Amino acid sequence: MARDLGAILEYAESLATVDTEGVPPTAHVIPLTTPLRDDAPQSPIDPELAVANAPLAAGSAFVVPRVIEGEEEG
Amino acid sequence: MASGTLEETREALHSGASTSRALVESSLSRARGSEERLACFTRLRGEAALAEGSQSDERRVQGDVLGPLDGVPVAIKDNMVMRGEESRCASRILEGFVSPYTSTAVERLCAAGSVVVGHTNMDEFAMGSSTEHSCFAPTRNPWDPDCTPGGSSGGSAAAVAAGLVPVALGSDTGGSIRQPASLCGVVGLKPTYGRVSRYGLIAYASSLDQIGVFARSAADAAEVLTVIAGHDPQDSTSVPEPVPTFGDALDGDVSGLVVGLPSEYFESAEGCAPEVLEAVREAVATLERAGARVCDVSLPHTRYAVPTYYLIATAEASSNLARFDGVRYGRRAEEPKDLGDMYRRSRSEGFGPEVKRRILLGTYVLSAGYYDAYYRKAQQVRTLLRRDFQRAFEQCDVLATPTAPEVAFGLGEKTDDPLRMYLSDIFTVSANLAGVPAVSLPCGFSRGLPIGLQLMGAALDESRLLKVADAYQRLSDHHVQRPPEFA
Repeated sequence: MARDLGAILEYAESLATVDTEGVPPTAHVIPLTTPLRDDAPQSPIDPELAVANAPLAAGSAFVVPRVIEGEEEG
Repeated sequence: MASGTLEETREALHSGASTSRALVESSLSRARGSEERLACFTRLRGEAALAEGSQSDERRVQGDVLGPLDGVPVAIKDNMVMRGEESRCASRILEGFVSPYTSTAVERLCAAGSVVVGHTNMDEFAMGSSTEHSCFAPTRNPWDPDCTPGGSSGGSAAAVAAGLVPVALGSDTGGSIRQPASLCGVVGLKPTYGRVSRYGLIAYASSLDQIGVFARSAADAAEVLTVIAGHDPQDSTSVPEPVPTFGDALDGDVSGLVVGLPSEYFESAEGCAPEVLEAVREAVATLERAGARVCDVSLPHTRYAVPTYYLIATAEASSNLARFDGVRYGRRAEEPKDLGDMYRRSRSEGFGPEVKRRILLGTYVLSAGYYDAYYRKAQQVRTLLRRDFQRAFEQCDVLATPTAPEVAFGLGEKTDDPLRMYLSDIFTVSANLAGVPAVSLPCGFSRGLPIGLQLMGAALDESRLLKVADAYQRLSDHHVQRPPEFA
Protein backbone atom coordinates (compact mmCIF):
# COMPACT_ATOMS: atom_id res chain seq x y z
CA MET A 1 0.00 0.00 0.00
CA ALA A 2 2.77 2.49 0.97
CA ARG A 3 4.60 1.73 -2.28
CA ASP A 4 1.41 2.27 -4.34
CA LEU A 5 0.73 5.59 -2.65
CA GLY A 6 4.34 6.68 -3.20
CA ALA A 7 4.11 5.88 -6.91
CA ILE A 8 0.80 7.74 -7.25
CA LEU A 9 2.12 10.84 -5.46
CA GLU A 10 5.26 10.79 -7.58
CA TYR A 11 3.06 10.70 -10.67
CA ALA A 12 1.08 13.67 -9.30
CA GLU A 13 4.32 15.64 -8.93
CA SER A 14 4.03 16.54 -12.62
CA LEU A 15 1.50 19.20 -11.61
CA ALA A 16 4.31 21.14 -9.92
CA THR A 17 5.63 22.05 -13.40
CA VAL A 18 2.39 23.83 -14.40
CA ASP A 19 2.45 27.61 -14.06
CA THR A 20 -0.63 28.44 -11.98
CA GLU A 21 0.44 31.90 -10.84
CA GLY A 22 -2.72 33.95 -10.37
CA VAL A 23 -5.03 31.12 -11.50
CA PRO A 24 -8.08 30.84 -9.25
CA PRO A 25 -8.91 27.33 -7.98
CA THR A 26 -12.03 25.55 -9.24
CA ALA A 27 -14.02 23.92 -6.49
CA HIS A 28 -17.16 23.65 -8.56
CA VAL A 29 -17.75 23.88 -12.33
CA ILE A 30 -21.17 25.44 -12.63
CA PRO A 31 -21.58 29.00 -11.39
CA LEU A 32 -24.58 28.63 -9.11
CA THR A 33 -25.72 30.79 -6.28
CA THR A 34 -26.79 29.07 -3.12
CA PRO A 35 -30.53 28.56 -3.43
CA LEU A 36 -32.63 29.55 -0.44
CA ARG A 37 -36.08 28.29 0.36
CA ASP A 38 -38.69 29.77 2.67
CA ASP A 39 -37.98 29.08 6.30
CA ALA A 40 -41.09 26.96 6.63
CA PRO A 41 -41.33 23.93 8.90
CA GLN A 42 -41.26 20.56 7.18
CA SER A 43 -41.91 17.14 8.62
CA PRO A 44 -38.60 15.50 9.54
CA ILE A 45 -37.74 11.89 8.95
CA ASP A 46 -39.40 9.62 11.49
CA PRO A 47 -36.85 9.16 14.33
CA GLU A 48 -37.37 5.41 14.38
CA LEU A 49 -36.69 5.25 10.67
CA ALA A 50 -33.61 7.43 11.16
CA VAL A 51 -32.03 4.94 13.55
CA ALA A 52 -33.40 1.85 11.85
CA ASN A 53 -30.07 1.22 10.12
CA ALA A 54 -27.91 1.70 13.22
CA PRO A 55 -25.93 -1.37 14.27
CA LEU A 56 -26.94 -0.51 17.85
CA ALA A 57 -29.75 1.85 18.86
CA ALA A 58 -31.85 2.58 21.92
CA GLY A 59 -35.15 4.31 21.26
CA SER A 60 -34.31 7.17 18.94
CA ALA A 61 -30.61 7.28 19.94
CA PHE A 62 -27.50 5.74 18.42
CA VAL A 63 -25.51 3.69 20.91
CA VAL A 64 -21.71 3.93 20.87
CA PRO A 65 -18.99 2.59 23.18
CA ARG A 66 -18.55 4.66 26.33
CA VAL A 67 -16.33 7.73 25.67
CA ILE A 68 -16.23 9.39 29.11
CA GLU A 69 -13.95 7.68 31.60
CA GLY A 70 -14.26 7.40 35.33
CA GLU A 71 -18.00 7.58 35.85
CA GLU A 72 -20.12 4.84 37.23
CA GLU A 73 -22.68 3.31 34.92
CA GLY A 74 -25.96 5.15 35.54
CA MET B 1 -34.84 -13.86 -25.86
CA ALA B 2 -32.47 -10.94 -25.34
CA SER B 3 -33.89 -7.48 -24.70
CA GLY B 4 -34.26 -5.36 -27.77
CA THR B 5 -33.56 -1.66 -27.86
CA LEU B 6 -35.76 0.71 -25.89
CA GLU B 7 -37.48 1.59 -29.14
CA GLU B 8 -38.24 -2.09 -29.89
CA THR B 9 -39.37 -2.69 -26.30
CA ARG B 10 -41.76 0.23 -26.44
CA GLU B 11 -43.12 -0.96 -29.78
CA ALA B 12 -43.68 -4.47 -28.40
CA LEU B 13 -45.62 -3.03 -25.45
CA HIS B 14 -47.58 -0.63 -27.64
CA SER B 15 -48.60 -3.24 -30.20
CA GLY B 16 -49.50 -5.81 -27.56
CA ALA B 17 -46.82 -8.21 -28.80
CA SER B 18 -45.57 -8.36 -25.21
CA THR B 19 -46.51 -7.23 -21.73
CA SER B 20 -44.43 -5.46 -19.16
CA ARG B 21 -44.72 -8.42 -16.81
CA ALA B 22 -43.46 -10.78 -19.52
CA LEU B 23 -40.54 -8.46 -20.29
CA VAL B 24 -39.67 -8.15 -16.60
CA GLU B 25 -39.92 -11.91 -16.17
CA SER B 26 -37.63 -12.43 -19.14
CA SER B 27 -35.10 -9.88 -17.81
CA LEU B 28 -35.09 -11.55 -14.40
CA SER B 29 -34.69 -15.03 -15.81
CA ARG B 30 -31.86 -14.02 -18.15
CA ALA B 31 -30.17 -12.13 -15.30
CA ARG B 32 -30.35 -15.29 -13.16
CA GLY B 33 -29.23 -17.48 -16.03
CA SER B 34 -26.15 -15.33 -16.67
CA GLU B 35 -25.35 -14.80 -12.98
CA GLU B 36 -22.42 -17.21 -12.86
CA ARG B 37 -21.08 -16.20 -16.24
CA LEU B 38 -21.37 -12.40 -15.89
CA ALA B 39 -22.37 -11.33 -12.34
CA CYS B 40 -24.08 -8.16 -13.60
CA PHE B 41 -26.39 -7.76 -10.61
CA THR B 42 -25.85 -7.51 -6.89
CA ARG B 43 -29.56 -8.04 -6.15
CA LEU B 44 -32.64 -8.66 -8.25
CA ARG B 45 -36.02 -7.28 -7.22
CA GLY B 46 -37.93 -10.42 -8.20
CA GLU B 47 -41.54 -10.32 -7.03
CA ALA B 48 -41.59 -6.57 -6.50
CA ALA B 49 -40.53 -6.00 -10.10
CA LEU B 50 -43.05 -8.51 -11.44
CA ALA B 51 -45.82 -6.77 -9.49
CA GLU B 52 -44.79 -3.40 -10.92
CA GLY B 53 -44.82 -4.94 -14.39
CA SER B 54 -48.39 -6.09 -13.82
CA GLN B 55 -49.37 -2.61 -12.63
CA SER B 56 -47.96 -1.15 -15.82
CA ASP B 57 -49.94 -3.65 -17.89
CA GLU B 58 -53.04 -2.67 -15.95
CA ARG B 59 -52.45 1.01 -16.77
CA ARG B 60 -52.08 0.13 -20.43
CA VAL B 61 -55.37 -1.73 -20.45
CA GLN B 62 -57.03 1.28 -18.81
CA GLY B 63 -55.50 3.65 -21.35
CA ASP B 64 -53.43 5.40 -18.65
CA VAL B 65 -49.93 4.85 -20.04
CA LEU B 66 -47.55 7.17 -18.16
CA GLY B 67 -45.23 7.80 -21.09
CA PRO B 68 -42.67 6.22 -23.37
CA LEU B 69 -40.86 4.39 -20.56
CA ASP B 70 -43.96 2.85 -18.98
CA GLY B 71 -43.45 -0.87 -18.43
CA VAL B 72 -39.82 -0.87 -19.61
CA PRO B 73 -37.42 -2.99 -17.51
CA VAL B 74 -34.38 -1.01 -16.33
CA ALA B 75 -31.39 -1.69 -14.10
CA ILE B 76 -29.80 0.75 -11.66
CA LYS B 77 -26.29 0.85 -10.29
CA ASP B 78 -25.89 -0.31 -6.69
CA ASN B 79 -25.06 3.25 -5.54
CA MET B 80 -28.54 4.70 -6.14
CA VAL B 81 -30.80 4.18 -3.17
CA MET B 82 -34.37 2.89 -3.27
CA ARG B 83 -36.69 3.13 -0.31
CA GLY B 84 -37.02 -0.12 1.60
CA GLU B 85 -34.23 -1.83 -0.33
CA GLU B 86 -30.65 -2.67 0.40
CA SER B 87 -28.08 -0.43 -1.31
CA ARG B 88 -24.55 -1.70 -0.98
CA CYS B 89 -22.24 0.25 -3.31
CA ALA B 90 -20.74 -3.26 -3.65
CA SER B 91 -19.15 -2.74 -0.22
CA ARG B 92 -19.02 -4.85 2.91
CA ILE B 93 -19.40 -1.71 5.01
CA LEU B 94 -22.98 -1.18 3.80
CA GLU B 95 -24.06 -4.71 4.63
CA GLY B 96 -27.69 -4.61 5.71
CA PHE B 97 -28.22 -0.91 4.89
CA VAL B 98 -31.85 -0.38 3.89
CA SER B 99 -32.54 3.06 2.48
CA PRO B 100 -35.31 5.15 4.03
CA TYR B 101 -35.75 7.13 0.76
CA THR B 102 -35.41 6.87 -3.02
CA SER B 103 -32.90 8.71 -5.19
CA THR B 104 -34.41 11.35 -7.47
CA ALA B 105 -33.24 9.81 -10.75
CA VAL B 106 -34.75 6.45 -9.82
CA GLU B 107 -37.90 8.13 -8.47
CA ARG B 108 -38.34 9.85 -11.86
CA LEU B 109 -37.86 6.58 -13.77
CA CYS B 110 -40.42 4.87 -11.55
CA ALA B 111 -42.84 7.79 -11.86
CA ALA B 112 -42.57 7.31 -15.64
CA GLY B 113 -43.63 3.68 -15.18
CA SER B 114 -40.25 1.98 -15.66
CA VAL B 115 -39.68 -1.19 -13.70
CA VAL B 116 -36.37 -1.52 -11.85
CA VAL B 117 -35.45 -5.20 -12.16
CA GLY B 118 -32.33 -5.02 -10.03
CA HIS B 119 -29.24 -3.29 -8.67
CA THR B 120 -26.09 -3.67 -10.74
CA ASN B 121 -22.57 -4.59 -9.75
CA MET B 122 -19.83 -1.96 -9.54
CA ASP B 123 -16.41 -1.22 -8.17
CA GLU B 124 -16.80 -0.57 -4.45
CA PHE B 125 -18.02 3.03 -3.97
CA ALA B 126 -17.50 3.55 -7.73
CA MET B 127 -13.72 3.51 -7.27
CA GLY B 128 -12.19 1.51 -10.07
CA SER B 129 -12.13 0.93 -13.80
CA SER B 130 -12.84 -2.80 -14.04
CA THR B 131 -15.66 -3.79 -11.62
CA GLU B 132 -13.16 -6.13 -9.99
CA HIS B 133 -13.16 -4.05 -6.78
CA SER B 134 -16.61 -5.32 -5.82
CA CYS B 135 -17.24 -7.15 -2.55
CA PHE B 136 -19.31 -9.50 -4.69
CA ALA B 137 -17.91 -11.42 -7.67
CA PRO B 138 -16.26 -9.35 -10.44
CA THR B 139 -18.54 -8.65 -13.41
CA ARG B 140 -17.32 -10.14 -16.69
CA ASN B 141 -17.49 -8.79 -20.21
CA PRO B 142 -20.23 -10.37 -22.36
CA TRP B 143 -17.92 -10.17 -25.40
CA ASP B 144 -15.27 -12.24 -23.63
CA PRO B 145 -15.83 -13.50 -20.09
CA ASP B 146 -12.07 -13.58 -19.47
CA CYS B 147 -12.08 -9.79 -19.82
CA THR B 148 -13.40 -7.09 -17.50
CA PRO B 149 -16.37 -4.96 -18.59
CA GLY B 150 -14.53 -1.83 -17.46
CA GLY B 151 -15.84 0.15 -14.52
CA SER B 152 -16.96 1.34 -12.23
CA SER B 153 -20.50 0.90 -13.70
CA GLY B 154 -19.50 -2.47 -15.21
CA GLY B 155 -22.66 -4.28 -14.12
CA SER B 156 -24.96 -1.80 -15.87
CA ALA B 157 -22.80 -1.81 -19.04
CA ALA B 158 -22.62 -5.61 -19.21
CA ALA B 159 -26.36 -5.96 -18.47
CA VAL B 160 -27.23 -3.77 -21.46
CA ALA B 161 -24.59 -5.41 -23.70
CA ALA B 162 -25.88 -8.90 -22.84
CA GLY B 163 -29.46 -7.83 -23.54
CA LEU B 164 -30.65 -8.35 -19.96
CA VAL B 165 -32.28 -4.90 -20.00
CA PRO B 166 -32.69 -2.32 -22.79
CA VAL B 167 -31.41 0.56 -20.62
CA ALA B 168 -29.65 1.07 -17.29
CA LEU B 169 -28.47 3.89 -15.07
CA GLY B 170 -24.86 4.35 -14.01
CA SER B 171 -22.76 7.06 -12.46
CA ASP B 172 -19.66 8.70 -13.92
CA THR B 173 -17.05 10.47 -11.77
CA GLY B 174 -14.02 10.04 -14.04
CA GLY B 175 -15.33 7.85 -16.84
CA SER B 176 -17.33 5.22 -14.95
CA ILE B 177 -20.14 5.23 -17.52
CA ARG B 178 -18.19 5.90 -20.74
CA GLN B 179 -15.24 3.55 -20.25
CA PRO B 180 -17.39 0.45 -19.49
CA ALA B 181 -19.74 1.45 -22.33
CA SER B 182 -16.70 1.49 -24.63
CA LEU B 183 -15.43 -1.88 -23.40
CA CYS B 184 -18.90 -3.49 -23.63
CA GLY B 185 -19.95 -2.02 -26.99
CA VAL B 186 -22.94 0.02 -25.81
CA VAL B 187 -23.83 3.70 -25.61
CA GLY B 188 -22.85 5.45 -22.35
CA LEU B 189 -23.93 9.02 -21.71
CA LYS B 190 -22.54 11.26 -18.96
CA PRO B 191 -24.65 14.43 -18.90
CA THR B 192 -23.41 17.89 -17.91
CA TYR B 193 -22.49 18.11 -14.21
CA GLY B 194 -25.70 19.09 -12.42
CA ARG B 195 -28.05 18.03 -15.24
CA VAL B 196 -29.33 15.05 -13.23
CA SER B 197 -29.91 15.30 -9.48
CA ARG B 198 -27.42 13.49 -7.27
CA TYR B 199 -29.93 13.17 -4.43
CA GLY B 200 -29.76 9.56 -3.30
CA LEU B 201 -26.57 8.80 -5.23
CA ILE B 202 -24.11 7.58 -2.60
CA ALA B 203 -21.32 10.13 -2.96
CA TYR B 204 -17.78 9.41 -4.15
CA ALA B 205 -16.47 12.81 -5.33
CA SER B 206 -19.28 15.33 -5.16
CA SER B 207 -17.91 17.95 -7.56
CA LEU B 208 -17.45 15.29 -10.27
CA ASP B 209 -20.20 12.67 -9.75
CA GLN B 210 -22.98 12.58 -12.32
CA ILE B 211 -25.72 10.05 -13.05
CA GLY B 212 -26.17 8.97 -16.65
CA VAL B 213 -27.50 6.35 -19.01
CA PHE B 214 -26.49 3.11 -20.72
CA ALA B 215 -28.46 2.20 -23.83
CA ARG B 216 -28.11 0.52 -27.18
CA SER B 217 -28.52 3.74 -29.16
CA ALA B 218 -28.08 7.48 -28.70
CA ALA B 219 -31.80 7.90 -29.40
CA ASP B 220 -32.66 5.55 -26.52
CA ALA B 221 -30.25 7.39 -24.21
CA ALA B 222 -31.88 10.70 -25.17
CA GLU B 223 -35.26 9.32 -24.18
CA VAL B 224 -34.10 8.27 -20.72
CA LEU B 225 -32.16 11.50 -20.11
CA THR B 226 -35.31 13.51 -20.83
CA VAL B 227 -37.04 11.67 -17.98
CA ILE B 228 -34.30 11.80 -15.33
CA ALA B 229 -32.85 15.28 -16.00
CA GLY B 230 -33.87 18.54 -14.35
CA HIS B 231 -33.58 20.66 -11.27
CA ASP B 232 -34.26 19.05 -7.92
CA PRO B 233 -34.70 21.10 -4.75
CA GLN B 234 -33.03 18.21 -2.87
CA ASP B 235 -29.75 18.77 -4.75
CA SER B 236 -28.64 22.37 -4.66
CA THR B 237 -26.01 21.65 -7.32
CA SER B 238 -28.61 20.47 -9.84
CA VAL B 239 -28.94 23.03 -12.61
CA PRO B 240 -32.15 25.09 -12.65
CA GLU B 241 -32.39 25.08 -16.45
CA PRO B 242 -35.29 23.81 -18.56
CA VAL B 243 -34.96 20.25 -19.89
CA PRO B 244 -35.64 19.87 -23.61
CA THR B 245 -37.07 16.69 -25.09
CA PHE B 246 -33.65 15.55 -26.20
CA GLY B 247 -35.04 13.22 -28.88
CA ASP B 248 -36.43 16.24 -30.77
CA ALA B 249 -32.92 17.30 -31.80
CA LEU B 250 -32.13 13.99 -33.49
CA ASP B 251 -32.67 14.80 -37.16
CA GLY B 252 -29.61 13.04 -38.56
CA ASP B 253 -28.32 16.28 -40.08
CA VAL B 254 -24.72 17.15 -39.25
CA SER B 255 -24.05 19.38 -42.24
CA GLY B 256 -22.20 22.48 -41.14
CA LEU B 257 -21.46 21.15 -37.65
CA VAL B 258 -17.84 21.33 -36.61
CA VAL B 259 -16.12 18.32 -35.05
CA GLY B 260 -12.91 19.20 -33.21
CA LEU B 261 -10.06 16.73 -32.88
CA PRO B 262 -7.92 17.58 -29.84
CA SER B 263 -4.38 16.89 -31.03
CA GLU B 264 -3.23 15.87 -27.53
CA TYR B 265 -5.63 12.90 -27.62
CA PHE B 266 -4.24 11.64 -30.92
CA GLU B 267 -0.59 12.62 -31.17
CA SER B 268 0.78 12.16 -27.70
CA ALA B 269 -1.68 9.49 -26.64
CA GLU B 270 0.71 7.36 -24.60
CA GLY B 271 -0.22 3.75 -24.81
CA CYS B 272 -3.28 4.22 -27.02
CA ALA B 273 -3.70 1.17 -29.23
CA PRO B 274 -3.27 2.00 -32.96
CA GLU B 275 -6.44 0.13 -33.90
CA VAL B 276 -8.40 2.31 -31.47
CA LEU B 277 -7.05 5.51 -33.05
CA GLU B 278 -7.78 4.14 -36.51
CA ALA B 279 -11.41 3.27 -35.67
CA VAL B 280 -11.96 6.72 -34.14
CA ARG B 281 -10.49 8.45 -37.21
CA GLU B 282 -12.73 6.37 -39.44
CA ALA B 283 -15.78 7.37 -37.38
CA VAL B 284 -14.81 11.02 -37.73
CA ALA B 285 -14.41 10.51 -41.50
CA THR B 286 -17.97 9.12 -41.57
CA LEU B 287 -19.27 12.31 -39.99
CA GLU B 288 -17.19 14.37 -42.42
CA ARG B 289 -18.68 12.54 -45.40
CA ALA B 290 -22.13 13.36 -43.97
CA GLY B 291 -21.32 17.07 -44.16
CA ALA B 292 -19.65 17.85 -40.85
CA ARG B 293 -16.50 19.96 -40.90
CA VAL B 294 -13.49 18.60 -39.04
CA CYS B 295 -10.86 20.82 -37.46
CA ASP B 296 -7.85 20.35 -35.22
CA VAL B 297 -8.07 21.91 -31.78
CA SER B 298 -5.82 21.90 -28.75
CA LEU B 299 -6.54 21.08 -25.11
CA PRO B 300 -3.01 21.87 -23.91
CA HIS B 301 -3.42 20.75 -20.29
CA THR B 302 -4.67 17.27 -21.18
CA ARG B 303 -1.61 15.48 -19.84
CA TYR B 304 -2.31 16.85 -16.35
CA ALA B 305 -5.91 15.64 -16.28
CA VAL B 306 -5.32 12.23 -14.67
CA PRO B 307 -3.14 13.47 -11.77
CA THR B 308 -5.52 16.42 -11.25
CA TYR B 309 -8.44 14.04 -11.17
CA TYR B 310 -6.87 11.63 -8.69
CA LEU B 311 -5.94 14.43 -6.28
CA ILE B 312 -9.36 16.09 -6.35
CA ALA B 313 -11.43 12.90 -6.41
CA THR B 314 -9.55 11.25 -3.54
CA ALA B 315 -9.69 14.44 -1.45
CA GLU B 316 -13.46 14.59 -1.85
CA ALA B 317 -13.77 10.84 -1.26
CA SER B 318 -11.85 11.02 2.01
CA SER B 319 -14.34 13.60 3.22
CA ASN B 320 -17.46 11.85 1.89
CA LEU B 321 -16.56 8.41 3.18
CA ALA B 322 -15.92 9.66 6.71
CA ARG B 323 -19.64 9.09 7.27
CA PHE B 324 -19.11 5.33 7.29
CA ASP B 325 -18.17 5.04 10.92
CA GLY B 326 -20.14 2.06 12.16
CA VAL B 327 -22.49 4.30 14.17
CA ARG B 328 -25.48 5.35 12.08
CA TYR B 329 -25.68 2.67 9.41
CA GLY B 330 -23.73 -0.15 7.91
CA ARG B 331 -21.36 -2.55 9.50
CA ARG B 332 -19.85 -2.21 12.98
CA ALA B 333 -16.90 -4.29 14.14
CA GLU B 334 -17.84 -6.76 16.81
CA GLU B 335 -17.11 -6.06 20.47
CA PRO B 336 -15.06 -2.90 20.09
CA LYS B 337 -12.97 -2.09 23.15
CA ASP B 338 -13.54 1.64 22.79
CA LEU B 339 -14.75 4.24 20.29
CA GLY B 340 -11.40 4.48 18.46
CA ASP B 341 -11.20 0.74 18.14
CA MET B 342 -14.74 0.67 16.79
CA TYR B 343 -13.98 3.26 14.07
CA ARG B 344 -10.68 1.66 13.17
CA ARG B 345 -11.89 -1.91 12.93
CA SER B 346 -15.28 -1.10 11.35
CA ARG B 347 -13.46 0.69 8.54
CA SER B 348 -10.54 -1.74 8.26
CA GLU B 349 -12.93 -4.66 7.98
CA GLY B 350 -15.57 -2.87 5.93
CA PHE B 351 -13.60 -1.16 3.15
CA GLY B 352 -11.72 -2.93 0.35
CA PRO B 353 -8.13 -2.09 -0.68
CA GLU B 354 -8.87 0.44 -3.45
CA VAL B 355 -11.23 2.43 -1.24
CA LYS B 356 -8.63 2.47 1.56
CA ARG B 357 -5.97 3.59 -0.90
CA ARG B 358 -8.08 6.53 -2.05
CA ILE B 359 -9.16 7.57 1.46
CA LEU B 360 -5.51 7.56 2.58
CA LEU B 361 -4.38 9.49 -0.48
CA GLY B 362 -7.20 12.02 -0.11
CA THR B 363 -6.53 12.53 3.57
CA TYR B 364 -2.86 13.08 2.80
CA VAL B 365 -3.41 15.66 0.03
CA LEU B 366 -5.78 17.60 2.28
CA SER B 367 -3.41 17.60 5.27
CA ALA B 368 -2.10 20.99 6.39
CA GLY B 369 1.45 20.57 5.10
CA TYR B 370 0.47 19.31 1.65
CA TYR B 371 -2.80 21.09 0.94
CA ASP B 372 -1.30 23.84 -1.23
CA ALA B 373 1.14 21.59 -3.09
CA TYR B 374 -1.43 18.96 -4.00
CA TYR B 375 -5.08 19.84 -3.49
CA ARG B 376 -5.02 23.56 -4.19
CA LYS B 377 -2.63 23.06 -7.08
CA ALA B 378 -4.97 20.47 -8.59
CA GLN B 379 -7.91 22.86 -8.25
CA GLN B 380 -5.91 25.52 -10.10
CA VAL B 381 -4.99 23.11 -12.90
CA ARG B 382 -8.69 22.22 -13.05
CA THR B 383 -9.37 25.86 -13.91
CA LEU B 384 -6.82 25.65 -16.74
CA LEU B 385 -8.46 22.47 -18.04
CA ARG B 386 -11.87 24.14 -17.99
CA ARG B 387 -10.46 27.09 -19.95
CA ASP B 388 -9.01 24.66 -22.52
CA PHE B 389 -12.52 23.35 -23.13
CA GLN B 390 -14.09 26.82 -23.26
CA ARG B 391 -11.60 27.83 -25.96
CA ALA B 392 -12.10 24.60 -27.90
CA PHE B 393 -15.87 25.06 -27.99
CA GLU B 394 -15.40 28.51 -29.49
CA GLN B 395 -14.02 26.66 -32.52
CA CYS B 396 -16.16 23.54 -32.70
CA ASP B 397 -19.52 22.05 -31.72
CA VAL B 398 -18.32 18.71 -30.42
CA LEU B 399 -14.96 17.09 -29.71
CA ALA B 400 -14.19 13.56 -30.92
CA THR B 401 -11.63 11.30 -29.20
CA PRO B 402 -11.18 7.67 -28.23
CA THR B 403 -13.11 6.76 -25.04
CA ALA B 404 -10.50 4.35 -23.69
CA PRO B 405 -6.93 3.73 -24.83
CA GLU B 406 -7.58 0.06 -25.52
CA VAL B 407 -10.26 -2.60 -25.83
CA ALA B 408 -11.35 -4.72 -22.85
CA PHE B 409 -8.43 -6.03 -20.78
CA GLY B 410 -8.14 -9.34 -18.94
CA LEU B 411 -9.42 -9.97 -15.43
CA GLY B 412 -6.62 -9.46 -12.94
CA GLU B 413 -4.39 -7.77 -15.50
CA LYS B 414 -4.24 -4.40 -13.72
CA THR B 415 -5.39 -5.06 -10.16
CA ASP B 416 -1.81 -5.16 -8.85
CA ASP B 417 -0.85 -1.85 -10.43
CA PRO B 418 -3.28 0.91 -9.41
CA LEU B 419 -1.48 3.58 -11.42
CA ARG B 420 -1.84 1.53 -14.59
CA MET B 421 -5.53 1.05 -13.81
CA TYR B 422 -5.90 4.84 -13.36
CA LEU B 423 -4.55 5.40 -16.87
CA SER B 424 -7.63 3.58 -18.25
CA ASP B 425 -9.37 6.91 -17.57
CA ILE B 426 -6.89 9.05 -19.48
CA PHE B 427 -9.44 10.21 -22.12
CA THR B 428 -12.50 10.44 -19.87
CA VAL B 429 -11.53 12.35 -16.70
CA SER B 430 -11.30 15.75 -18.43
CA ALA B 431 -15.05 15.88 -19.14
CA ASN B 432 -15.73 15.45 -15.41
CA LEU B 433 -13.16 18.06 -14.40
CA ALA B 434 -14.64 20.52 -16.91
CA GLY B 435 -18.23 19.46 -16.12
CA VAL B 436 -19.15 18.98 -19.79
CA PRO B 437 -21.40 16.25 -21.23
CA ALA B 438 -19.83 13.32 -23.08
CA VAL B 439 -20.97 10.10 -24.68
CA SER B 440 -19.25 6.89 -25.75
CA LEU B 441 -20.46 5.11 -28.89
CA PRO B 442 -19.39 1.80 -30.42
CA CYS B 443 -17.20 2.57 -33.46
CA GLY B 444 -15.48 -0.69 -34.37
CA PHE B 445 -13.90 -3.90 -33.15
CA SER B 446 -10.43 -5.22 -32.52
CA ARG B 447 -9.90 -8.94 -31.93
CA GLY B 448 -13.67 -9.27 -31.56
CA LEU B 449 -13.82 -6.66 -28.77
CA PRO B 450 -15.63 -3.32 -29.09
CA ILE B 451 -13.91 0.07 -29.52
CA GLY B 452 -15.49 3.29 -28.26
CA LEU B 453 -15.69 6.76 -29.82
CA GLN B 454 -16.08 9.57 -27.30
CA LEU B 455 -17.92 12.76 -28.23
CA MET B 456 -17.83 15.69 -25.80
CA GLY B 457 -20.07 18.76 -25.97
CA ALA B 458 -20.33 22.16 -24.35
CA ALA B 459 -22.02 22.40 -20.94
CA LEU B 460 -25.81 21.84 -21.14
CA ASP B 461 -25.56 21.18 -24.87
CA GLU B 462 -26.60 17.51 -24.70
CA SER B 463 -29.03 18.11 -27.58
CA ARG B 464 -26.25 18.81 -30.06
CA LEU B 465 -24.04 16.09 -28.61
CA LEU B 466 -26.81 13.49 -28.98
CA LYS B 467 -27.71 14.79 -32.42
CA VAL B 468 -24.17 14.07 -33.67
CA ALA B 469 -24.10 10.71 -31.86
CA ASP B 470 -27.42 9.69 -33.39
CA ALA B 471 -26.34 10.88 -36.85
CA TYR B 472 -23.24 8.69 -36.60
CA GLN B 473 -25.36 5.69 -35.61
CA ARG B 474 -27.62 6.21 -38.63
CA LEU B 475 -24.50 5.78 -40.76
CA SER B 476 -22.85 2.88 -38.90
CA ASP B 477 -23.84 -0.52 -37.57
CA HIS B 478 -21.34 -1.15 -34.77
CA HIS B 479 -23.97 -0.46 -32.12
CA VAL B 480 -26.31 -3.16 -33.43
CA GLN B 481 -23.69 -5.92 -33.09
CA ARG B 482 -24.33 -8.28 -30.18
CA PRO B 483 -21.94 -10.46 -28.21
CA PRO B 484 -22.30 -13.86 -29.96
CA GLU B 485 -23.12 -15.66 -26.74
CA PHE B 486 -25.94 -13.23 -25.91
CA ALA B 487 -27.31 -12.44 -29.39
